[in-house]
Amino acid sequence: MSFDLLVSHYNYWIVIFLMMVGFYILISRGNLIKKIVGLNVFQTSVFMLYISMGKVSGATPPILVYPYGEGDVLYSNPLPHVLILTAIVVGIATTSVGLALAVRIKEAYGTIEEDEINAIEARTEAAE
Amino acid sequence: MLLTLLAAAGLALLRVRNLFAVVMLAGIYSLLSAGLFTVMDAVDVAFTEAAVGAGISTVLFLGALALCGHHESKPGHTPLLPLIVVLVTGGLLVWGTMDMPGFGDPANPVHHHVADHYIEESYPEIGIPNVVTSVLASYRGYDTMGETTVVFAAAVGVMILLAGRLGRRPQPEGKGDGG
Repeated sequence: MSFDLLVSHYNYWIVIFLMMVGFYILISRGNLIKKIVGLNVFQTSVFMLYISMGKVSGATPPILVYPYGEGDVLYSNPLPHVLILTAIVVGIATTSVGLALAVRIKEAYGTIEEDEINAIEARTEAAE
Repeated sequence: MLLTLLAAAGLALLRVRNLFAVVMLAGIYSLLSAGLFTVMDAVDVAFTEAAVGAGISTVLFLGALALCGHHESKPGHTPLLPLIVVLVTGGLLVWGTMDMPGFGDPANPVHHHVADHYIEESYPEIGIPNVVTSVLASYRGYDTMGETTVVFAAAVGVMILLAGRLGRRPQPEGKGDGG
């Protein structure tokens, strides 16, 4: 494992680390709101992966420099930016639905801890 | 470096059990990632992330916390199985990056499919200097229309979920959520 590889892939590895932190929060924590936070961390790390791939060293943001279409300017890749803009907005939409569900679950069960909900479910099933 | 700070914020998120602190840390995390996007030339993404990720979603989380309480109880089971799953997945992903081209290399294949066309032709074709805007609103306009459909569906979903609770318990406490 050479030093070059470390430098050129450092971004990807940190992104994967963050992704795994989000994933771990998602599957190991019982609190529903904490799970949604974990999902958001996971999601943001995917955004970072895409934006890292769109970066060109020494380039400027993809906003054309005047005079437009002339001159020799290096721009970063605009396509990942567009995809991620869409993804951010969809992400907040799904987050808000998730939080609304959590609020409803809190109302129906009186708790948002997964194991307590499971216990209540088991008790109601046993009673039937 | 910014990325290392982000990693620290992520770890703090994992440890803290007071949900108010978790939400604030998530806001910090989001703002840090917006800074990172600016450094990586994605200015449009950065201000969307700062407004939506650090702004609106923090407000939504706080609204939900006001309704659900802010204490997280200790996890009941051992976190061994999740840890193994996460380590294996992470290992596989790192192994996958070994084949990826290096960060920031202009010769990467991702930069030579349609991106060249967008950068060279979008001003003559569309007439907007910001390439991201012209791709978002014109070349990939259907994507954006689908996105607004998703947002609409989410807003309807949130309204249906929360309207039921207002109907049964007519108290003026249910505010703060709404896609």
